[in-house]
Amino acid sequence: MSQVVEPEVPGIDASGRQTGGMPGGNVPASVPSFQLESSVPDQATALPITYTGLVGRRFRRHPGAVGGMIVFGLIVLSVILVGFSPYDPYASNMAERLQPPSWQHPMGTDALGRDFMTRVLYGGRVSLAVGLMVVVIAMGIGITIGALAGYFGGWVDSLLMRITDAALTLPSFLILILLGAMLREAELPFFQRNNVISIALVIGLLAWMTFARLVRAGLLTLREMEYVVAARSLGASPFFLILRHLLPNLIGIIIVEATLELGYAIIEESGLSFLGFGIQPPIPSWGNLLSNAQDNFTKYPWLAIFPGLMIFLTIISVNYIGDGLRDAYDPHKVFMKIGS
Amino acid sequence: MTQYILRRLIQALFLLFLLSIVMFALVNLAPGGPLAGHGQTRHVRPERIAMLKRQFGLDKPLPVQYVVWLIGNDWMQIDADGDGVPDGYGARKGVLRGDFGFSFRTRKPVLEEIALRLPNTVYLMSITMLVALLIAIPIGVISAIRQYSRFDLAVTTFSFAGQAIPEFWLGLILILVFYAWLKNPFTGEPLLPPGGMYTLGEGFSVRDRLAHLILPVIAGALGWIAWYSRFLRSSMLDVVHQDYLRTARAKGLDERKVVYRHGLRNALIPLVTMLALDMPYILTGAVFVEMIFSWPGMGRLYYQSALQRDYPVLMAILILSAGFMIISNLVADVMYAIMDPRIRYE
Repeated sequence: MSQVVEPEVPGIDASGRQTGGMPGGNVPASVPSFQLESSVPDQATALPITYTGLVGRRFRRHPGAVGGMIVFGLIVLSVILVGFSPYDPYASNMAERLQPPSWQHPMGTDALGRDFMTRVLYGGRVSLAVGLMVVVIAMGIGITIGALAGYFGGWVDSLLMRITDAALTLPSFLILILLGAMLREAELPFFQRNNVISIALVIGLLAWMTFARLVRAGLLTLREMEYVVAARSLGASPFFLILRHLLPNLIGIIIVEATLELGYAIIEESGLSFLGFGIQPPIPSWGNLLSNAQDNFTKYPWLAIFPGLMIFLTIISVNYIGDGLRDAYDPHKVFMKIGS
Repeated sequence: MTQYILRRLIQALFLLFLLSIVMFALVNLAPGGPLAGHGQTRHVRPERIAMLKRQFGLDKPLPVQYVVWLIGNDWMQIDADGDGVPDGYGARKGVLRGDFGFSFRTRKPVLEEIALRLPNTVYLMSITMLVALLIAIPIGVISAIRQYSRFDLAVTTFSFAGQAIPEFWLGLILILVFYAWLKNPFTGEPLLPPGGMYTLGEGFSVRDRLAHLILPVIAGALGWIAWYSRFLRSSMLDVVHQDYLRTARAKGLDERKVVYRHGLRNALIPLVTMLALDMPYILTGAVFVEMIFSWPGMGRLYYQSALQRDYPVLMAILILSAGFMIISNLVADVMYAIMDPRIRYE
């Protein structure tokens, strides 16, 4: 056996076992030495050791979040599968108008005889699509502005933050109504034909501010870290630094905020469509289905109950998911059993 | 302290300036332009239009137009008939003196329209906020003190649900339940009225007003209760675990005094600032609640004007609410500095 000189670490001998602890290691054999039990590698017990894995595990212990995932998953699934529905959401069928819920029409029919469940689920497609687009747009604008402000500081930061503050003091919903009205009147062909995209653009333009603030706050602390200084001294460009080092550390916060923004976007779009300034009929959206129900909903209550119920279920599940994600990413959170 | 206030004041003024430019841009970009309320639809002779343009200062370059929009031009000599010789004063008094133009629908000054509706909105929204606070604060406090109990679980679930319910849907469901389904057991008539501020022709009756208030207030307040109770709960939780409360208990202080005098008072600080930031809702009102319950307020005015493209009214309401938002931000900052002395020195 070759003579390998091991560094003398007090307490641990050459084979890795703990010794009696005296420096120099002269321990009589009668003193029991301990073997640490944690020598089973993590992969053997299937404990996740990646960041995402750890977060996922903590997420799964959160009952509300899991419930939220299930409900939201069901909604998304049904919204996708409605393509297989035998009913046409646009063709009217006057013989069957305004029927209450039955086995053939689980949510009844609307004023033009169309199966309401199909309409509601197609409306779900539109509402969810708008919500997702809004989140993407808001994240794009907000993260860019926040990153620039947080990384460069100085006058860039001041200017961008003043703009963000100004945008925050605008009464966003009133301006949405105004922009919705102006867009419809302005007769621009792009906006008339691409209703969904234009609504998403308009809502997204007023929703980026929270992302900007979050990213800026995160960057203000992160950019002083030593690995950033080291990377900078090795010649990393700001662009590379932000994308590769700084932003990935903020993924947790960004994702949590993104889920909450999804809920917010769906409510804004529904409200806008309800008032008539969002998605126009005959394209269904949960908001404009509710608006169409307004005329006689005391006699035909199913027209008003179901679209709103879908909005409610979507938003509450998304909020629970966001809450679960927030707790899962929080390093200080202790998971306790409720009622103890 | 005065330095802090001064700094915030300057920031607020700068924000106001920025916002005024944005509003000015919107006013000009709105279809119909700034002359939208002045008889554009009737067939007007071109010379008349030109004269109107000159009287309103619209032939001048943009920066001058901005100044005119702000402070009017009735103190300036205007050349109204284009002959190069000034012959009268301009026709605008400017936004800062309350001239927001004329409503396109009713041809009345915009400010008058707003003044008609504003008291109704303030009436409804202040009662809504009061009810919301009266319910949310005790719920939040008790929920925080008894964390993880069944009450707390119920409250957190309710606050999630309350924040997820769309206001407009809640209004419809409330009308459905209380007007269409539930009937007054004595008279067989609907239990609560579906809208309006009071029953026409009936003189002032507190009971009548209350009946008309119940449903809109519930519809408006539920979201607030959910949000504020959750906010107060987390704020209270932050405070309850602090060491100074432990010290107070160790000194033998009565538990209720500990919680209310020391804990709640500090937990209320963020809530008060949040409240100050939410004040603008009292003015702009809840568009949905007013629309569904036919409440004659600012929210419904905004909605009806938007439907009929009455841009002067829309712009005026936007300007007023943005300005009010900036002022309430300033007030919130100052109040926070008063209540939490640490803020003043940053």
